[in-house]
Amino acid sequence: MIRLKKLFTLFVVLMFSVIAYAQNGKQVEMADQMRSNGRIYVVVAVMLTILAGLVLYIVRIDRKLRKFEKE
Amino acid sequence: MPPHLTAAKTRWLPMTTNVKNYMHKSWWKIVSVILLVYTFTAGLLMNVPALAPLQETIRNLYFHVCMWFAMMILFTVSVVNAIRYLRSFDLKYDIYARHFAVVAIIFGLLGYATGTIWASYTWADPNKPAINSFSSIARDPKLIGAAIALLVYFAYLILRDSIQDIDKKARISSVYNIFAYAMLFPAIWILPRILPSLHPGQEGNPALDVKNDIDGSMRIVFYPAVIGWTLLGVWIATLKIRLSLLKEKKMMQ
Repeated sequence: MIRLKKLFTLFVVLMFSVIAYAQNGKQVEMADQMRSNGRIYVVVAVMLTILAGLVLYIVRIDRKLRKFEKE
Repeated sequence: MPPHLTAAKTRWLPMTTNVKNYMHKSWWKIVSVILLVYTFTAGLLMNVPALAPLQETIRNLYFHVCMWFAMMILFTVSVVNAIRYLRSFDLKYDIYARHFAVVAIIFGLLGYATGTIWASYTWADPNKPAINSFSSIARDPKLIGAAIALLVYFAYLILRDSIQDIDKKARISSVYNIFAYAMLFPAIWILPRILPSLHPGQEGNPALDVKNDIDGSMRIVFYPAVIGWTLLGVWIATLKIRLSLLKEKKMMQ
């Protein structure tokens, strides 16, 4: 189990190190404006709230199950 | 009845339900949540390549494509457990296989739904309303193949849940699970590549091609995203497995 954990951590760390940049100069309209005035963070906050809600819900089910399993 | 089948009757669930295993550990659940939070923030905020037809929708790679990756991994877990059942006739493996398949189907349906939204804004003719492009989009082999694959797995659930006898249910549905998994490959991997398709990744491995598919800066979000979504699916599946093991145990008492 510990070896598996170590392997998993190594794998995750390795993924972050594989970075290669390739950009072409062509101008395409992107949502840069939206990000520069910060509004995109509103969307991020909304999505994280939804994620947090769902995760809390799953955690609660997990806890409840654990209680039943102990009985 | 051959001896290995009569022996199956003695291997019954209560003996195995008390075993603590990875399902009761919390480290991988925490990893899943961290990776998903990273996906949602970095996935929306980090720079992505500016490509003409996709624009910002390229960020759907972290969500739509991950649904299919998670589905494929969970179906693989399901078929492995079906084979484990057939090797040992331990009924808990059949329960594992069933719940992993259900969660995989849900991920597949979410992949289908998100793909529909994405395609209607990128494949559809921008000069016409999206509904007018429906006939050209709906005949895309990737969509039809995915639909066939999911329907084959719906049949798995119907088959398994409609048999009353516990041993027969487990045996027939485990064998069917292997057939369903074999059907996945022509339906979603082979046929869409032979036929002309609008879906990207036609001549390689979608989102895995190192040389010319996705940008390196996207890969540092995409791979963690795949793992995060998959672990979330495993989490939900294990909750359902634990619940049904408890139910079986209660029924036996």
